[in-house]
Amino acid sequence: MNVRPTEPPVVVIEAARGWWRLGLVDLWTHRELLYFLVWRDLKIRYRQTFFGVAWAVLQPVLLMAIFSVSLGRIPGIETSGVPYPLFVFAGLIPWTMFSQGLAGASNSLVGGESIITKVYFPRLLLPVSAICSFLPDLVIGLAILAILLAWFGAGISATAVWLPVFALLAIVVSAGAGTFLGAVNVRYRDVKHMVPFLVQVWFFASPIVYSSSIIPAQWRWLYDLNPMTGVVEGFRWAVLGGEPPVQVAIESVAVAVIVLVVALVYFGRAERSFADVI
Amino acid sequence: MAEIAIRAAGLGKRYRIGVRRDPYSRLTESLWDAMARPLRRGDGQPKGSDFWALRDVSFEIPRGSAVGVIGRNGAGKTTLLKILSRVTTPTEGRAELHGRVGSLLEVGTGFHPELSGRENIFLSGAILGMRRAEILRHFDAIVDFADIGAFLDTPVKRYSSGMKVRLGFAVAAFLEPEIMFVDEVLAVGDAEFQKKCLGKMSEIGAGGRTVIFVSHSMPAVLRLCDRAILLDRGRVVTDGSTNHVVRTYLESDMGRTGERRWEDPSEAPGDAVARLKSVRVVPARGGTSDEVDIREPIDIEVEYSSEAPRDLRPSVNLHFFNEEGVCLFVTNDWNDQVWWVRSRRPGIVRAVCRIPGDFLAEGRVTVTAAVSTYDPTVVHAVEWEAVSFQVVDRTDGTGVRGIYAGDWPGVVRPMLEWHVALAERDTPDPSEPE
Repeated sequence: MNVRPTEPPVVVIEAARGWWRLGLVDLWTHRELLYFLVWRDLKIRYRQTFFGVAWAVLQPVLLMAIFSVSLGRIPGIETSGVPYPLFVFAGLIPWTMFSQGLAGASNSLVGGESIITKVYFPRLLLPVSAICSFLPDLVIGLAILAILLAWFGAGISATAVWLPVFALLAIVVSAGAGTFLGAVNVRYRDVKHMVPFLVQVWFFASPIVYSSSIIPAQWRWLYDLNPMTGVVEGFRWAVLGGEPPVQVAIESVAVAVIVLVVALVYFGRAERSFADVI
Repeated sequence: MAEIAIRAAGLGKRYRIGVRRDPYSRLTESLWDAMARPLRRGDGQPKGSDFWALRDVSFEIPRGSAVGVIGRNGAGKTTLLKILSRVTTPTEGRAELHGRVGSLLEVGTGFHPELSGRENIFLSGAILGMRRAEILRHFDAIVDFADIGAFLDTPVKRYSSGMKVRLGFAVAAFLEPEIMFVDEVLAVGDAEFQKKCLGKMSEIGAGGRTVIFVSHSMPAVLRLCDRAILLDRGRVVTDGSTNHVVRTYLESDMGRTGERRWEDPSEAPGDAVARLKSVRVVPARGGTSDEVDIREPIDIEVEYSSEAPRDLRPSVNLHFFNEEGVCLFVTNDWNDQVWWVRSRRPGIVRAVCRIPGDFLAEGRVTVTAAVSTYDPTVVHAVEWEAVSFQVVDRTDGTGVRGIYAGDWPGVVRPMLEWHVALAERDTPDPSEPE
């Protein structure tokens, strides 16, 4: 046996392999590819647009303006004394991260058809990179939020240390739902047509433009099963203070983790046939 | 005995074809079925018919050898390559790869049209498995090899197809895997660049790397590979020295792409209504041929046995593809209006379609033949890539391209009518009366 500086890796190809054995290690060895895929998405997103990266600022600000003008004037929307634009914007930031990540991830595999059928890489990189490519938008959103807080004369409260936790939770929900839908989309393109409606319904089923206090008590348990309820409430609490939404936050974490695990198991089984059915 | 780089044992890949369901059960049953499928253990009960694209393929390849995989279209070459490069998983069997793997199944993998040449070098390199540091190290050499100099920062969507191919190959050429899979990518690009690529490929082989090379080009296989594997219908027919295997291939009818004939009806594509018997390329000068002159008309002749009841009107349709996979055109035998209205009887039907000369562009043309009935549309028999032939332009000055010998783009090359005359004179000719 001759000696080489480094023993070459051995790849075993078999009819069935468990996702839990290979998947995550493989993801780590391909981290540079993840970087390039995110870099590609960022480069392309605002190519050949007039406003360019300014869209990352304009989108949430315009939405806030629209909701403030339309819904902000309706009496009876309970914001616990917070100015409505601020109330909405604090909800829109995690929501935008979630919904854009969801849409991007659910399209990522079909969009990556040309490379899926030609070269090996962990397929999970596609939805993951699609979500990561919206992280800069999240940071920009947080910066605008800080400006708005100053504008309305509200300080940054100590609860802000919880912000990353709820931002991460938004990403986990987005990754779970997006990865699952992305895998289903490979076989059934119905997903592509369904996602815009899903996002719309989900938006109104989450306490973004209104406060969850308007939900009747007997339906509250159902409402709280939506993991985005905990994300939005928690995020808003971290920014604006008030009563900590402990119970709903814990429920959301539980639901988010379940969704993510189910999505990963499904993905691991489905990815073997991606190249054949895409 | 040399160290083993690749060991394959009993590899097989099964595809399901012709799964048809009641359209109304789709939304409910089928959606659930599809979502549950990946969660099911094993394969469940097969619906529709199975098709083994690859079966019982075993071989061992020692480190540092270059092996050509040959066989006609549909023999399983690309499926084998896709399994070994882990694009898809086998249905059965096992393979081991000892070493870093790189695959080149396409030129320009991962290119994004909006990004510049410079950006695409990084993107494509990363997708093909290069590390950032490696790309940086080879960057200048890649640009040099691709010969795109001034266009480095131009979006790739503005590149000519030749430039795209050159850039794509250049990136791949600098991959440094220990095992490399190459699909027929050398069939593109101009002759000079092909030579350059072949040169680069033999360098790769000489560098102690293990190369598996799938190709239709026997000269390329003979030149690059010391060993070859001949596949037919998903199975290994011969495995041995390149000279021997290539000779076996060319002497069998497998090497003849201009004609397909099914002696045994049970193996022919078809169903109870229609079953293919043969598909042939017949140049106007007679015989069957794999190579036709660009100016010569050719007939595509399809024979099928028809058992159609009187009210069914099977018709033959042909899809023509070029080597980039672009569908050039589709044609259907109902353009023979006499035949189309005639009542049908069981028997052998021969349908001949004439392709005019001075119409197809140079290059390899692949024909898919099918027999269908319409309203509702049912495809009774289909043979993908049934026949193929090479269209050759001899450039002697009488053809479409005249005396111009350079690149002549276009998916077709029709000889069109031109009428050219002097419409208005700058100065009246004094010798001519008004």
